[in-house]
Amino acid sequence: MAGAGPGRPAPLGQTPSQTLGPFFGMLLGRPGDANMADESVAGERIRVTGVVFDGHGAPIEDGLVEVWQANSAGRYRHPVDDRDDLPLLDGFTGFGRCPTDHPTGSWSVVTLRPGQVPDGRGGLQAPHLNLVLQARGMLDPVFTRVYFDDELSNDDDLVLAGVPEQRRHTLVASRGDDVDGLATFHLDLHVQGEHETVFFDV
Amino acid sequence: MSADGPMLPRLHAREHGDHPPFRYPDYKSTAARSPDQDLVSILATLSEATGPGPAWSEVSPEDADLTTNAGTGGVAIGARIIVTGRVLDAAGNGVPDTLVEIWQANAAGRYAHWRETEYDAPLDPNFLGVGQCHTDADGTYRFLTIRPGPYPWGNHHNAWRPAHIHLSLMGPSLGSRLVTQLYFDGDPMLHLDPIYCSAPPQSRHRMLAHYDHEVTEADWATGWRFDIVLAGAEATPVEQEEA
Repeated sequence: MAGAGPGRPAPLGQTPSQTLGPFFGMLLGRPGDANMADESVAGERIRVTGVVFDGHGAPIEDGLVEVWQANSAGRYRHPVDDRDDLPLLDGFTGFGRCPTDHPTGSWSVVTLRPGQVPDGRGGLQAPHLNLVLQARGMLDPVFTRVYFDDELSNDDDLVLAGVPEQRRHTLVASRGDDVDGLATFHLDLHVQGEHETVFFDV
Repeated sequence: MSADGPMLPRLHAREHGDHPPFRYPDYKSTAARSPDQDLVSILATLSEATGPGPAWSEVSPEDADLTTNAGTGGVAIGARIIVTGRVLDAAGNGVPDTLVEIWQANAAGRYAHWRETEYDAPLDPNFLGVGQCHTDADGTYRFLTIRPGPYPWGNHHNAWRPAHIHLSLMGPSLGSRLVTQLYFDGDPMLHLDPIYCSAPPQSRHRMLAHYDHEVTEADWATGWRFDIVLAGAEATPVEQEEA
């Protein structure tokens, strides 16, 4: 291993995860990080909100929700997504993050409704956000997805189909009243308990 | 690219046996914040093979000197240290051009955060305790900072967090996301800390920074090495410009 030497054991495996603790807000999830798309970006702007709950039903008021998604044309801003026939959109990275609110545990991002991306099995996935949730008291991140309840393509999504039917609803955000002219979807995240969100082994 | 979409890179699964369990009773806050259900396996699709690392690295500025980045014109108080190492993928390749974000307490063990109100240690007006930098083409990162102090916390009677620096990395793909903590080799408080000890015995030493005299700069700062290995996709080499 390059760089190995006295006092420097060569790394031989993954570095363990640790909790981000209560003080990450000095750096991660600062103002503006949750506004993923302003008016100038092409596509339908939407708001996605929710509350994060612990196993006692109490809000997790010091968590961090991170979003990764394709743009409205269904393309990821990433070197692996080399489909140059689809546009990359100026001003849209597809990444956002929002600390959960103290003391309500709520989070909210304004973003683009994502397009469909290939499932690698000849079909297309339903539009979805990829979510990473961390908090004080969580030693590892958890990974989940947010689907949208007004998308007919949910019925054909292979990832949703791989989730036990009685738990699928934990991944589907419900459209409510528009807020500030934006279609607004709501999905609570339950880290533990009766309504526990489906977390994926990404 | 094929009819099924872009060609996907090889993905290395998260080695759960090398990471802490979600529930670790000695760390009390995990009790109600750990899933009961097993993780659900997922197809490796374009969503899992991509991630925010490359795009986010483009938009985040560098800010690697925590001893002066408060912008006051003053210098932070404490023992100056250089913290450097390589960010590696699971195959051992350097991860180039990737963002490394760090946050930490000051030399007295106090965070510059509104929540930190119970520990009566001094704040340092010249120390914010946050920094970020990008790895170079070899995957190497480097910070100049202050050695953080230990501080008490409420987990149990006379509980203290050993000195540590929080690190956050996105890496090449969604599954390479890592938040970890750097500890200092030789710290006698490590075995008393349930957060450090939550990592399994065979892997927790990977969170230790080691003193390295080759990194130390004469009359300036002591040097510490800390390499980081990520799960997820293998790194994409940086294209070399023609000389």
